[in-house]
Amino acid sequence: MNTTEKALDAVDPIAAARGRRWMPGWRLPAAWRRPLAVVGLVIVAFWAIVIVFAPLIAPYDPLAQDSPRFLPPSPAHLFGTDGVGRDVLSRVVYGAQISIPIAVMLVVLSLIVGATVGAVAGYFGGTVDAVLMRIVDLFFAFPAIILAMAVSAALGPSLINAVLAIVVVSWPSYARVTRSLVLGLRDSNFIAASRLIGASSARTLGRDIAPNILGPIAVISTLELGNAILLLSGLSYLGLGAVPPAPEWGAMVSEGSRVFYNYWVALFPGLAILSVVLAFNFIGDSLRDALDPRTSRAVQAMEL
Amino acid sequence: MSLLEIRDLRLALGGRNLVDGVDITVGKGEVVGLAGESGSGKTLTALTALGFVPSGATATGEVVFDGRDVLTLRGRDLRALRGDRVAVVFQDPMTALHPMLTIERQLTEHQRVHRSLSRSQARERAIELLDRVRIPDPHLAIKSYPHRFSGGMRQRIAIASALACEPELLIADEVTTALDVTVQAGILRLLDSLRTELDMAMLFITHDLAVMNVTTDRLYVMRAGRVVESGRTRDVLADPQHEYTRSLVDALPDTEVTA
Amino acid sequence: MKPLEVEDAVVEYRVPGRARVRAVAGVSLDVAAGEVLGLVGESGCGKSSLGRAIVGLNPLDSGRILIDGRPLAPLGRRARPVADRAVQMVFQDPYSSLNPRRRVGRQIRDAITGGNGSARVGELLESVGLPASSASRFPHQFSGGQRQRIAIARALASEPRVIVADEPVSALDASTRLHVAGLLSETATSRGVALLMISHDLSGLRVIAHRIAVMYFGRIVELGPTDAVWSDPRHPYTRTLIGAIPRLGRDAQMPAEPGRRETVAVSDEDARLVECAPGHFVAAEALVAS
Repeated sequence: MNTTEKALDAVDPIAAARGRRWMPGWRLPAAWRRPLAVVGLVIVAFWAIVIVFAPLIAPYDPLAQDSPRFLPPSPAHLFGTDGVGRDVLSRVVYGAQISIPIAVMLVVLSLIVGATVGAVAGYFGGTVDAVLMRIVDLFFAFPAIILAMAVSAALGPSLINAVLAIVVVSWPSYARVTRSLVLGLRDSNFIAASRLIGASSARTLGRDIAPNILGPIAVISTLELGNAILLLSGLSYLGLGAVPPAPEWGAMVSEGSRVFYNYWVALFPGLAILSVVLAFNFIGDSLRDALDPRTSRAVQAMEL
Repeated sequence: MSLLEIRDLRLALGGRNLVDGVDITVGKGEVVGLAGESGSGKTLTALTALGFVPSGATATGEVVFDGRDVLTLRGRDLRALRGDRVAVVFQDPMTALHPMLTIERQLTEHQRVHRSLSRSQARERAIELLDRVRIPDPHLAIKSYPHRFSGGMRQRIAIASALACEPELLIADEVTTALDVTVQAGILRLLDSLRTELDMAMLFITHDLAVMNVTTDRLYVMRAGRVVESGRTRDVLADPQHEYTRSLVDALPDTEVTA
Repeated sequence: MKPLEVEDAVVEYRVPGRARVRAVAGVSLDVAAGEVLGLVGESGCGKSSLGRAIVGLNPLDSGRILIDGRPLAPLGRRARPVADRAVQMVFQDPYSSLNPRRRVGRQIRDAITGGNGSARVGELLESVGLPASSASRFPHQFSGGQRQRIAIARALASEPRVIVADEPVSALDASTRLHVAGLLSETATSRGVALLMISHDLSGLRVIAHRIAVMYFGRIVELGPTDAVWSDPRHPYTRTLIGAIPRLGRDAQMPAEPGRRETVAVSDEDARLVECAPGHFVAAEALVAS
């Protein structure tokens, strides 16, 4: 390719954006990406309805052990029954009330802690930044699941403690991301102008910087939601999260994996987890593409 | 016969006519200017000489370069045109230069592949090119990377790479807009001497009418995809007939020397 | 006592492993109320570093900035003291000097102390040629030229004594440059504000500046009334600069090719500004040659 061809490529951002890779070695045509966001939203909406109307949707009491054990899926029990005769469908339905809101709460808490630390570190720089980032590095040094297990085990198995453990493990990534976003903005002219007018640091952070980083943070958060559910399910699977008989999806998968020949006990809660994680990933990806300055400004680039 | 003839060119994208019926000719060795503000379509028009139409746009009309309509060229014929017979230099030299390759590599890769030069022949050629664009110490320069050079030097290197195959037509798109005025003076003089040495035609795009005045023989003034006025540069700028041209000239500070 | 006095300003950059670089190597100048001083120079001459130091965005390594006789402290961690808000800046890039996520009116309002904010915002917008209703819009809804007008309105909102404009029209279309530069100059002078206009475009400055200062490698090499500097440049660099400007007109020549720029270290004695004509100063080194 000669320099003229390279220059032409640089001048036509639409063509360049179309060729962007979704996975190494595989090009996903841009036109396909939007439908995924719709799929994601539909799934989230579906689960939102399930959460709200659980009592109306679930055919049985999720804790009732009235039915015969290990019934395969049938018209009476669409998802079958588990080892103590509880209806799996009802448990999956009520499980949504636990897993999803908890995951959201996890993300929000991690975000609050992480973003605050990251913003302060990025904005003030110097020793403040150095100290805070070393603390972040410290947390990063531990593998997430090990640390979560340790905290959880120390505090005792319960949903609240699992939540705390996961927040402890997750906040550092938010801190890093927020810090780099703030660093990118800190020396902008509009921030300088604001300070020249007399804005204090708090004002600048809250009024000038915050609105400009919400976008990327929203993207990270949606992607992290998937992670949060997986971590929560993982802890429950290990017996460190939700306490039986609570119908938490991870715990259900754990229980079901011990009787894998009765596949339905693990399969359906597993699919539920999968669907939520995928949904949030689709939404997060599309949010990121929508916010990507290259593609949204590609049309403006036609101002040649 | 003219070297380049653009006839009734229209470029439509998303329902809008970005270029709306443009006729332009460039003779062999002539320097023709395209003036206008951003969004006038001047760059898009000029780039059709390379057979370049932005993705998703439809083009009608003809762009005849040396007897052939380049809008109909594909594949090998198109590649034979771009960089070889018609080259382009943009405002930002880094559009053409790769930040991670040495200057030598960038100036010679194309030639080694297409003209089968040996490595040392290609290196000699690169040094020759750099010398031609007045880069000091070219044998050291070829080993360096673009970031070691100032903006003006990088632009000279971009010009050198555009000239590598001695094109018959050079499209210069706002090539001095981002440069200091003294650096600009050097580049303008360079382009002037190159044009004579190589008998090369130029399509010179700029919004700066004073630069247009000292650089080009003829010009076309574009607005909203159309040509509103054309003619010999000094005539048009000294005595604009169209009100738009007049408004552009009036918007400039008076740079006449009051001697 | 003038609104802006710069005394022997020095700004240095330390690059690890190399000697210190003096971006600003001892600059003194002053601007009177209602006056426009044009500071011209090419990239790397230090004019932006000087501009930022005058406003307080960067600290000085030595020398002082005096606003109405009071030394200006650089911006620190705390909110800027009210008295220091008398110096404001208009930035080069219209796209990054306004917060993209906040309405334009709010951003101007931040600079206004006391009541009646909205009315003042409306007045300011109108004084820069925009309708008062623009206040409720976001920056991306305006063109580059309009954004610069908003930036000017914001700078004026603090009722400053000094405005430093760092290449305020360089990023705009050629046809709007004179309008916006003229607007800035008029609104500043009519309010008695001292305007330091930094630019690389000598032709543009010629129209609006009362005096011109030419900056070269961190120091002022020539300073004088605009017409004097333009028609009788005493310093070789000023002559080079003027000679390199392309002209309109039928008889215009190709601009002169300047020789290579030398980074010759100049002694303090040679850098000193000497008055060669009434109000017209040039660095002592230039007097030796002529």
